[in-house]
Amino acid sequence: MTFIAKPKVTHPSLPQNALGLTRRAYEGALSTLCAGCGHDSITAAIVEACWGLSLEPQNLVKLSGIGCSSKTTAYFVSGAHGFNAVHGRMPSIATGANAANRRLSYIGVSGDGDTLSIGLGQFCHAIRRNLDMLYIIENNGVYGLTKGQFSASADIGSRAKRGETNRQPPIDPVLLALDLGAPFVARSFSGDKRQLVPLIEAGLKHRGFALIDVLSPCVTFNDHEGSTKSYAYTREHYEPAVRADFVPREQPITVDYAPGEARQIALHDGSRIVLRKIGAEYDPTDRAAAGAAVQARGGSGEYLTGLIYVDAADRHPEFHQVNATPEAPLNSLPFEQLSPGSPGLRKVLARYR
Amino acid sequence: MTTANRVNDFTIKIATVNGTGSASANMLLMKSIFRSGVPVMGKNFFPSNIQGLPTWYEIRVSRDGHVARSGTVELMVALNPETYARDVRELAPGGFLLYDSTWPRPVLLSRADITVIGVPLAKLCNENFTGVRTRILMKNICYAGALAALLNLDVDRIRDLLSETYGRKPQLLESNMKAITLGFEYTRAHFPCPLPLSVERMDRTAGHIMIDGNTAAALGCVFAGATVAAWYPITPSTSLMDAFKSFCERLRIDPDTGAKRFAFIQAEDELAAIGMVLGAAWNGARAFTATSGPGISLMNEFLGLAYYAEVPAVVFDIQRVGPSTGMPTRTQQGDLLSCAYASHGDTRHICLYPADPGECFEMAVEAFDLAERLQTPVLVVSDLDIGMNDWMVREFQWDDAYRPDRGKMMTREQIESLEKFHRYLDVDGDGIPWRTLPGVHPKAAYFTRGSGHNQFGAYTEDAAEYQQVLDRLMNKWQTAKQRVPRALIDGEGSEIGIVSIGSGDSAVREALALLRAQGVAIDYLRVRAFPFGEEVERFFADHQRVFVAEQNRDAQLRSLLTLETAVEKAKMRSLLHYSGLPVSSRFIVEGVLADVRGAAGATRARRERPAPAARTGSDAAGESAATSGREALPPGKTTTTA
Repeated sequence: MTFIAKPKVTHPSLPQNALGLTRRAYEGALSTLCAGCGHDSITAAIVEACWGLSLEPQNLVKLSGIGCSSKTTAYFVSGAHGFNAVHGRMPSIATGANAANRRLSYIGVSGDGDTLSIGLGQFCHAIRRNLDMLYIIENNGVYGLTKGQFSASADIGSRAKRGETNRQPPIDPVLLALDLGAPFVARSFSGDKRQLVPLIEAGLKHRGFALIDVLSPCVTFNDHEGSTKSYAYTREHYEPAVRADFVPREQPITVDYAPGEARQIALHDGSRIVLRKIGAEYDPTDRAAAGAAVQARGGSGEYLTGLIYVDAADRHPEFHQVNATPEAPLNSLPFEQLSPGSPGLRKVLARYR
Repeated sequence: MTTANRVNDFTIKIATVNGTGSASANMLLMKSIFRSGVPVMGKNFFPSNIQGLPTWYEIRVSRDGHVARSGTVELMVALNPETYARDVRELAPGGFLLYDSTWPRPVLLSRADITVIGVPLAKLCNENFTGVRTRILMKNICYAGALAALLNLDVDRIRDLLSETYGRKPQLLESNMKAITLGFEYTRAHFPCPLPLSVERMDRTAGHIMIDGNTAAALGCVFAGATVAAWYPITPSTSLMDAFKSFCERLRIDPDTGAKRFAFIQAEDELAAIGMVLGAAWNGARAFTATSGPGISLMNEFLGLAYYAEVPAVVFDIQRVGPSTGMPTRTQQGDLLSCAYASHGDTRHICLYPADPGECFEMAVEAFDLAERLQTPVLVVSDLDIGMNDWMVREFQWDDAYRPDRGKMMTREQIESLEKFHRYLDVDGDGIPWRTLPGVHPKAAYFTRGSGHNQFGAYTEDAAEYQQVLDRLMNKWQTAKQRVPRALIDGEGSEIGIVSIGSGDSAVREALALLRAQGVAIDYLRVRAFPFGEEVERFFADHQRVFVAEQNRDAQLRSLLTLETAVEKAKMRSLLHYSGLPVSSRFIVEGVLADVRGAAGATRARRERPAPAARTGSDAAGESAATSGREALPPGKTTTTA
C-alpha cells in the first residue's frame, strides 16, 4: 500500500518524548498486511516502546528475514536503517552488524517459519553467542505468504484452514531459548499491549540476547475454530504469569508495589525491570523453574506469558565481552590502529626468510 | 635422467605416512636450500586424514627459479612401504632412491636404471632414542640428515634453523641435531657424497621469502584494515583464518586495555559466515570470510542478495577438488564458473585470481577496496596449491601512503545537506550509488532488501522500476571492468597464444621457456580478474590459435571467455589438468607440442597417457605413475572441444 502517503502534518499537542519527538517520528511505511493482523499490533507496540525509551531513531537497527513478520520492520521507525535478509538468516546479519558497531540497538523481527524451521540453526547460535539484541518472533503457527501451511510452532491437534490436523509436536522457542542459555526470555500476545510494550522496552535495554515470542494470530489463515493460535483460543488460554514493568534510568519508581510482591532487576545502563508475579508460582529468575512452569502449562494447552525468565545476576557475558573487543565500535577504529605499516610488515616477514 | 649438470636443478620426492612429523623435516630441508640462495619450491600432496595414510612432499630445486612442478623426480625418498612400488616406478631413469634399509625391500621392486641408497633410519633411531613417538619423529629428521650428506647441504645452517624453531627447548634442539648427525654421518660413511644432484650456494633468493598463500592473504586482510572475520572451518581455507587470528593477536591488541581490535567469529555454517560478513560490511566494517567449493555452494543465496542489495563483502575461495566433497586436500580450479555467477537470477561477481602468495597479499587488499568502491562481493579465487604450499616469492612491499578506499560512503555533513537520501540513485553516472551507515543520521536511513526495489530503495514490483535498477547494476559492471586488475601479457608477435589463470602461471611460464628453446614461440596472457578487460579481447583478436590452460575437466575458464568475450570458440584449444595435483610444466609443453606439431605429436602424447584402468586403480595420490620415470601424463587432456 505504498501508494497511500501518510500525512506529514502532525497535531501540535501530540505528546513528545525526552528528545522532543512525537510517536510519528517512530512510525514507518504503511503496513501491507491483512486488516486485523496481529503483527500490526506488535508494530504499534514497538513504536510505542521506542518512543517511550526516547531512542534516537538512527541508533536503532532493524533486521528481519522473510515472511509476513519480516515485512514489518519497514512499518516502524523510518529513521532507522533496516536489513531484510534472506529467509531464516537474519541472526547472522545481526551478528555481523553488531560485531561492527556495538553502540547501536538491534531489533530483529522474525516469524515462526523464519525462526523455527529454515532459521532454527542461526536462531540457536545467536542465543549461544549471547548477541546483544532484541529478537521478536511474531508467532502465528502458520505460513502466511505461501497460504496456510503449518509451521513448526503449530500445536498437535491444531487444525488448518483447509481441514488438515497437525500431528507433529511443536518447537517452542521459549523452551529452546531457556535451554540454550538466553538471559531474557518472554512470551506475550499481540492483543495485550499493556504487557507487550514494557517487555519490548526492557528487551531493548537489556544487555545480551532478549527473546520475546509474541503470539500473533493470522486472521487469514489461522483464525478459525480448531486452531490453537486464533485470537479466540489465545485470549482464552493465555495466562499472564509475570508482569514486567520497565523503569528507565532517569525515572524513579512511582508505582507502589506491595511488600514482597515486586523484585527489581537492574539493567546494564541503570534502568530497571520490576517483576511482579501474577498467579503462577515459580521464580522467574530460576531458569529450571521457569522451564518447568512453561512445560506444565503447555501440556494443558495454556500459554504462560510475561517475562518468563531473566538472568538477574547478569552471569552470561555477551558477544563483545567474550570477544574482548574495544568499547569503541570496530567500524570506527582509525586505520592507523589496524594496519601495522611497512615496519610492521618487515617484522612479520622476518620469519619467512 | 640426463647426464647434464643437475647441480641446483632437480626434484626430490619424499614418500611418508601422514601424522609422523615429516612436515618439519621437509620444511627444514626446503629452508636450508632456500637459505643457500638457491630457488626452491615445496608441494605437499597429503591425504584428508589425521594419521596413517600415504603422503608425499615434492621439493623442486631450480637454479633458474622455476616454481612449478617439473613433472619428473630425480631423487625419491621412499619411506612408506605401502607406496614403495609406485614410488620406485616414478623415479626418473638414472635417478636415486633413498630408503630405510632397516627392513629389506623386495628385489623385484628395484630397477636396473637407478641407484639405490639404503640407510637404516629406524635402526639408527631405535638405538639412539627412547619412546615410540620420539623414534618415529626422529626417523624423519634422520632422513633430512641423510639428504644433507647426499645433497651437500650445510649442517650449520640446519642447526641454525632448528634453533630458530626450538630455541626455547634446548632438549628438542639437541635430539633433532642428534638425528640429523646420525643420518648425515652414516650416509657419508657408506655412500659417495655428494650426489651429482647437489646444492651449491647461489645468490638467487635475496629479497625473497617462503610463504604460503593463505598466510599471505591473511596478512593482506590485516593490512587492509579488516576487523570482522567470520568463517566455518573447511579445508583448505582454514589456515587463512588461523593465520588472520594469530596475526591479529600479535598486531591488533590495544596496548593500554588489551582489547582486541577485531572480531573473529566461528560461524555455525557457511550460510551464517557470509551473513555475518554482509551484516558487518553493511554496518561499515571491513569484513571477510574464507571457504572452499562446498562453502561457495552454501553461500550462493546470500551472495545474490549482496549483489542485488549492493553490500560489500570479501570472500576467499581456496579451491579444492570437486565435485561434491571431492578430494579435500587436493588442488583444482573447479569453482571458476560457480564463483563468477554464484546465486540465482542475473547475478555476477567480481573475481580476482591470484597466481602466487605475493598476489594473495596484494589482491586481499585490493579486494576490500573494490568491494567497498563497487559495493558488491569480491571473490578472491585462490586454490589449495597456492594457499597451502610454500612458495618462494618476492618479499611483500607495503606503501605507507595507502588508505582504504571506502567508496561512496556519505559523511554526516553530506547527509545533512541533502533534502532526501536515495540509496540506489545513480547520481554520478558510473552505476555506483551512494551508501550510508546506520547510526549516523536519521535522514540517512534506508531499507536493504533482496526483494524488488526501485532506485529510491523502495519495494517495487513495477517492471520499469525493476529493470532500471538491474540495468544500472550492469552499468556498474562496466565500471568494474575499468577498475579490476588487468590481465598480464608477455611476448609479442606470435600467431599462437596461451591463456592461463591462477596457480597454472608458473607451469605455463616455464613451459614457454622450454618451448622457446625448441623453436616454438607463444605469447602469453594471464587472466587476473573477472570481468575481463579489453586487453583480453585484443589478445584473442591478435592470435590465430589460443591455448587455454586450466586445472579442471570442463574448461571453465574457456567457457567464461566464450560467454564474456567475442572470441570464436574454434580458436581455443584447452589444456586441461584435473588430477588434483598441481599442473607441471611438462604437461603444458607436451600438450602444446601435440597440437602445434600436428597429428603425429598428438598420437605420441596419447600413448604416454596411463590406461584408464591404471588410473582407476591409482591410490590416494590421485595420480598413478604408469610410465617409468615419468609423471603420470596427462591426467587431464588436450582437446579442442569442451
